[in-house]
Amino acid sequence: MSFRNYIRERFFPHIWCPGCGHGIVLNNMLRAVEDLGLAKNELVMVSGIGCSSRISGYVDFHSLHTLHGRALAFATGVKMSQPNLKVIVPMGDGDALAIGGNHFIHACRRNMDITAVIMNNRIYGMTGGQFSPLTGTGLKATTAPLQTIDQSFDIAHMATASGASYVARTTSYHFQEITKYLKQAISHKGFSVVEILSPCPTHFGRRNKLGSAVNMLEFLKDNTAQVGSKALENNPELIERGVFVHKDTPEYCSEYERLIQAAHKG
Amino acid sequence: MTETNIRFIQGNEVCVEAALYAGLDFFAGYPITPSSEIAEHMASRLPALGGKFLQMEDEISSICAIIGASLTGHKVMTATSGPGFSLMQEALGFAVMAEIPCVIADIQRGGPSTGLPTHGSQGDIYQAKWGTHGDHAIIALTASTHQDLFRMTVEGFNLAETYRTPVILLFDEMSGHMREKVELPKPGEVQVVQRLRTALPEGVDYHPYLPREDGRLPMSDFGGRHRYNVTGLYHDMWGFPTSDPKIIHGLIHHLVDKIENSVHQITHYKEYFLEDATCVLVSYGSTARSALHIVKNRRNRGEKLGLLELQTLWPFPAQLVREKCAQAVSVVVVEMNMGQVVQEVKKAVDRPERVFLANRVDGEFITPTDIKNMLRLIQGRGV
Ligand code: SF4
Repeated sequence: MSFRNYIRERFFPHIWCPGCGHGIVLNNMLRAVEDLGLAKNELVMVSGIGCSSRISGYVDFHSLHTLHGRALAFATGVKMSQPNLKVIVPMGDGDALAIGGNHFIHACRRNMDITAVIMNNRIYGMTGGQFSPLTGTGLKATTAPLQTIDQSFDIAHMATASGASYVARTTSYHFQEITKYLKQAISHKGFSVVEILSPCPTHFGRRNKLGSAVNMLEFLKDNTAQVGSKALENNPELIERGVFVHKDTPEYCSEYERLIQAAHKG
Repeated sequence: MTETNIRFIQGNEVCVEAALYAGLDFFAGYPITPSSEIAEHMASRLPALGGKFLQMEDEISSICAIIGASLTGHKVMTATSGPGFSLMQEALGFAVMAEIPCVIADIQRGGPSTGLPTHGSQGDIYQAKWGTHGDHAIIALTASTHQDLFRMTVEGFNLAETYRTPVILLFDEMSGHMREKVELPKPGEVQVVQRLRTALPEGVDYHPYLPREDGRLPMSDFGGRHRYNVTGLYHDMWGFPTSDPKIIHGLIHHLVDKIENSVHQITHYKEYFLEDATCVLVSYGSTARSALHIVKNRRNRGEKLGLLELQTLWPFPAQLVREKCAQAVSVVVVEMNMGQVVQEVKKAVDRPERVFLANRVDGEFITPTDIKNMLRLIQGRGV
């Protein structure tokens, strides 16, 4: 694959730190787009604010870099007004689940054909390492100098309960899975959520003494297992990876099209 | 559209009919009194016209959704009232910065906070201008009759598309809920402005933020042949984020100047008996109805009272106000707030000490009698 076809060189160098997991996500996201043979003009990328949100600027698609937490709301307007477009929404922790939490559950419920890619690095990177709703307890962050006592969300379960019709989780270590799940998600007709555990060595790793970027990737390798695997059966403490939901549920834009037809007949 | 084109309907419904007349085909909103009828009528009118109606989870997502839809080339609107308008402020700033046409109807109610949901007010004049952070210009229009409400709503869409900017329709509960006769114009009778789109072919480097000589910026629809970046950050002519002081300086001036330098084209107003008026009432929105009543009444008795009815509130038509009030011994601003437009009038006129406020802020409509009593006080005659 030639990256040059898909990126805006004018925008580079990118802002990410060495070892950040987001670059791996970008790489494999572009692979997915290439494998699917999508035309660049039919893709819209809508993002919010944060390190992960910068992805939208680096890609040579129609790109909309919006407000913190509101990416899905903007994306809903784009998709609803032009349903033939493919809409991909890269998000970070706060974007998706804190300030954007309400939009997220309603986007799942509505089941509009949008692909949400949540890069879960368990920290607010861009603002300098404050804890996020995905950090979990017993860790350190600039706003939790002693330790975090806030429980975290489980994105995959939350998305499932809220009605998303495709839900998958993988990590930056398992890059081939990123491509695979993103291809499924983008092709899926309905709201799809792909959570990618993605290390932030600069803020999460350093403060919590998790070692180098490589150590953090190895952690993801050693502490996750495929849904339904023997490894997971033997050790339920492992984090599940894989496809959680993949079902046919009426898609919002198509349902609205039915309303338009009915209004015309009536 | 009905055969007769003459209807007896609520102001909120007039707003819907006018928006459709202007070419709206995408509406997203969240219910809030006293604006909800706009969403309700949109929901019943749009599908049959092939347009889209979305009820979102809140006001924040509503304005974000219309901004997204505008980028794909649609004419869009949301409607709300004070508290919802507060929630929209951040995204309003985004639309200003990214220069995305959209219309926000604010059917004002009493505030602050949840205030008076079913009572009118004109308390959001400053919110419309300064609710979002940072320096910027904004366009806000209002109207006192249903006929004007129709015209100003269409004008709101025209200005949004012309200047690539959000436009705020500052109506109020009285207008929104009152029913009166309105004649809906036939297609073509009122001018409707279409968005300026770039003629550049695919493959040619398109600059979404490079103004033409006339100041207008041709757009390209998302999903169309040009791929570009839209951001709320300061950006260069390609839409890429920048912190270059020269570019920032140029952009903020462009955003403000494109509107402030066009005050004359954007200003709409009505005037009554101003030629020889020694006392000029300045009013707007439903309040101007009471003001007009008192002016006509007093004229019958030979008093030299006149009315300047503002329909454009932002950019504030300071020059117009200055000229129209130049001969007046006193200027009385009639509005339903603690004094918002009165401050602008004071800044505009040569002798601000002659400017008075006739207001009412208890949720009750300001009546001609209220204004009459105020005038007597101002004229030193006691009530
Ligand atoms: S701060 Fe963290 S998330 Fe942000 S670019 Fe650096 S490593 Fe990545």
